[in-house]
Amino acid sequence: MSDIAREPILEMYKFEVAQMLEQLEQLTINGEKYNKYSDEEINEIFRIMHTIKGSSAMMVFNGMTKIAHSIEDLFFYIREKKPENLDYSRITDLVLEGADFMKSELSKIEDGIEPDGDPSKLVENNRGYLDQLKSIDDSDDLETKKDEGSKKQKYYISYNLSEAKNIENKNCFKACIYFEDGCEMENVRAFSVIHSLKEYVSQIESDPQDILENENSLEIIKREGFKLVFCTDRSYDDIYNILNKTIFLKQLDLEKIDESETEQHIKKIPQIELDDKPIIPESAKIEREKEASSKALQQNIISVNVTKLDKLMDLVGELVISEAMVTGSSDLKNLELENFNKAARQLKKITAELQDMVMSIRMVPLAATFHKMNRIVRDMCKKLNKDVQLEILGENTEVDKNIIENISDPLMHLIRNSIDHGIESSKEREMKGKNEKGKIILEAKNEGGEVVIQVKDDGKGMNREKILKKAMEHGIIDDPSKEMSDNEIYSMIFLPGFSTNETITEFSGRGVGMDVVIKNIQKVGGLVDVSSSPDMGTTITLRIPLTLAIVDGMNIRVGNSIYTLPTTSIKESYRVSDDDLIKDTDGNEMIMVRGQCYPVLRINKLFSINNSCQNMEDGIIIMVEDGVNTVCLFADELLGEQQVVVKALPNYIKKVNGITGCTLLGEGSISLILDVSGIIKTYKK
Amino acid sequence: MMAEMVEEIVSLEEDTQKDKFLTFSLKKEFYGVEICYVTEIIGIQPITEVPELPAYIKGIINLRGKIIPVMDVRLRFNKEPIEYNDRTCVIVVDVKDISIGLIVDAVSEVLDISANDIVAPPEVNVSSHHRFIKGIGKVGNDVKLLLDCEKLLTDDDASVITSLKK
Repeated sequence: MSDIAREPILEMYKFEVAQMLEQLEQLTINGEKYNKYSDEEINEIFRIMHTIKGSSAMMVFNGMTKIAHSIEDLFFYIREKKPENLDYSRITDLVLEGADFMKSELSKIEDGIEPDGDPSKLVENNRGYLDQLKSIDDSDDLETKKDEGSKKQKYYISYNLSEAKNIENKNCFKACIYFEDGCEMENVRAFSVIHSLKEYVSQIESDPQDILENENSLEIIKREGFKLVFCTDRSYDDIYNILNKTIFLKQLDLEKIDESETEQHIKKIPQIELDDKPIIPESAKIEREKEASSKALQQNIISVNVTKLDKLMDLVGELVISEAMVTGSSDLKNLELENFNKAARQLKKITAELQDMVMSIRMVPLAATFHKMNRIVRDMCKKLNKDVQLEILGENTEVDKNIIENISDPLMHLIRNSIDHGIESSKEREMKGKNEKGKIILEAKNEGGEVVIQVKDDGKGMNREKILKKAMEHGIIDDPSKEMSDNEIYSMIFLPGFSTNETITEFSGRGVGMDVVIKNIQKVGGLVDVSSSPDMGTTITLRIPLTLAIVDGMNIRVGNSIYTLPTTSIKESYRVSDDDLIKDTDGNEMIMVRGQCYPVLRINKLFSINNSCQNMEDGIIIMVEDGVNTVCLFADELLGEQQVVVKALPNYIKKVNGITGCTLLGEGSISLILDVSGIIKTYKK
Repeated sequence: MMAEMVEEIVSLEEDTQKDKFLTFSLKKEFYGVEICYVTEIIGIQPITEVPELPAYIKGIINLRGKIIPVMDVRLRFNKEPIEYNDRTCVIVVDVKDISIGLIVDAVSEVLDISANDIVAPPEVNVSSHHRFIKGIGKVGNDVKLLLDCEKLLTDDDASVITSLKK
């Protein structure tokens, strides 16, 4: 099959499969947690695998089809036979391995490579386990078999009939109904026949089966008649009468058959099972219900292309600007415009609301990202032989879509790190008198204009001395006796090339992970904070702005140019005189504020702007920080605070140090948004 | 090679734009750009300066909410700058998905210059600004210097900008 033929549906396929795989992962991990798959979950997994199998077959991705098929088979068996004593962790392993395989295939597809992975080994594993299940089932003694037999019969009843009737089934009938020509809607009529029989019969099977759903059935009923097989305690005459009442009946063939034949007829086709409620412990049940409700929350989402949202946001931004241009137009000056002003206020209100709304569309709950962590915890626990429970709080906290993409990796690293380095083995924990099971709490909450995400473990905490020693070895610090606060020391684990664990494990310890954390978080304008106490655990706090697209900014003027500083980075601003400046031997300027010395950076020098203030008296000093360092910027004037919509600089310009982007001011002019940490970095060089 | 092919396809598809050039003046010379690159012509706008850029990139402008860089073509060709006046125009061109404004002294007209009337520029000093000239078009007694838009944007800019960053 050529690529061209696939192209239009490929996008849909990738999206769908990726989504289903995520769902699959969650389902299986949940099942493992409670050591029980509910019927609903089994059905769901079965359905997912079935869909993936179908669509992969359509796309001719054979590897995917095979693996999906084998998992489907496994769950078909579980669904039908409900084998007891399932090894859930084994099943979960199998499913997850399959899911991983499919994910890697999917990423190959994403890269435009033919997905050529060979799933035969995984398929064999699945088949092996299925055979094992079957053999266990077969080796069960006769009694249980009998039990199952009677139980099974119960499963084969469609349309929720009581068991009592089942026992009394004496007569079985085969009926063939022909409708009058041209009566139309034969399928609906056939359905009503089944409906009318429902009261009297226990088992009923029709041919064609899916009368209403399948359009072909209409043709079949027209041509060959509507065939029914059923068992009932009523007599032949009763049934004949009931069926004879059917409207537009042309011909009715009713004959009695013996039971075995019925079985044969009915068993041929897999039937809908009756709900056999699993016994779940009370507490788990409540948890489940909670999860079910959160699931409903998750599913109430439509997917929209992000570029469309970006476009919408741009448009709203422009709308706001043009509104300001209209209402602030210089033509209107000195005019009495009572009605106009009224209308303008109304317009302003609506545009502001519209802007808020558009912003909120881009907000996505953290739930999906958080739930991905379940998988990581599970895998890590298995491999490292630790027992850790992940508790997720505040998963409905919403953040901007762009931010979500950037925090998934850091969270993963933090959790891996917690399990690997933080939480002790069960034995060690027992000796310390802690709960054998380690606990990691992943929590998100809104705090002002920020989202705070915490990863809290109850492990052994960080070792100050160890970190210091390591920092010395790596030449990060040169003098351990130097005064350093605990926080400063703990923060060193985020420096590149830092890893305190003596042995490098598969998951963490290469020292590449933790600096990724800080890099990614800084990319979205967030801060990382560590606190730890020995044997009580470590808490890592990420502070992330709600959105990247709108920033509370302070507009400042330097020469003729206007710049915007994010308000969050400003500590204070004040005027000084030239005499307050201290110059070092290289001509660097500094200033003393409350006993602390800060470097002074003149923005005009930084960006080589002419015609701006040179004297300290004429301008203003703005003290800014990037979470670590504090510097003083010198500008001409503060223009005022404003919420600004961040726009990227044109691609052609690439990146300019010290500038994150630009924004449009009310009158349509452009202001550059300053990047405080970038400025500090350039200064340090 | 690839670019040529693409160009060929474009010119075949948009037959009406074939052989059409927008001409503008810098000092006494007349230049032409292929019309297929041009999206619009606007008057000079307030320009926001961006630090750390080569001098010929004057900064960025707000084109109805879209932010695009503007290039002073005079400075690009190492001519002395002049004050902008009401004749000064910004030609917005779209080259390989990059929108950029070209500041020129004045825009004159759209001309048909058939391929037969275009000759290759003479081989002189390679380092001169001939590298931006694709060909020389003859229109009556005048000559128009036909610009290679892609080179105008991409040639050595990247290296200038990256070297500045260091």
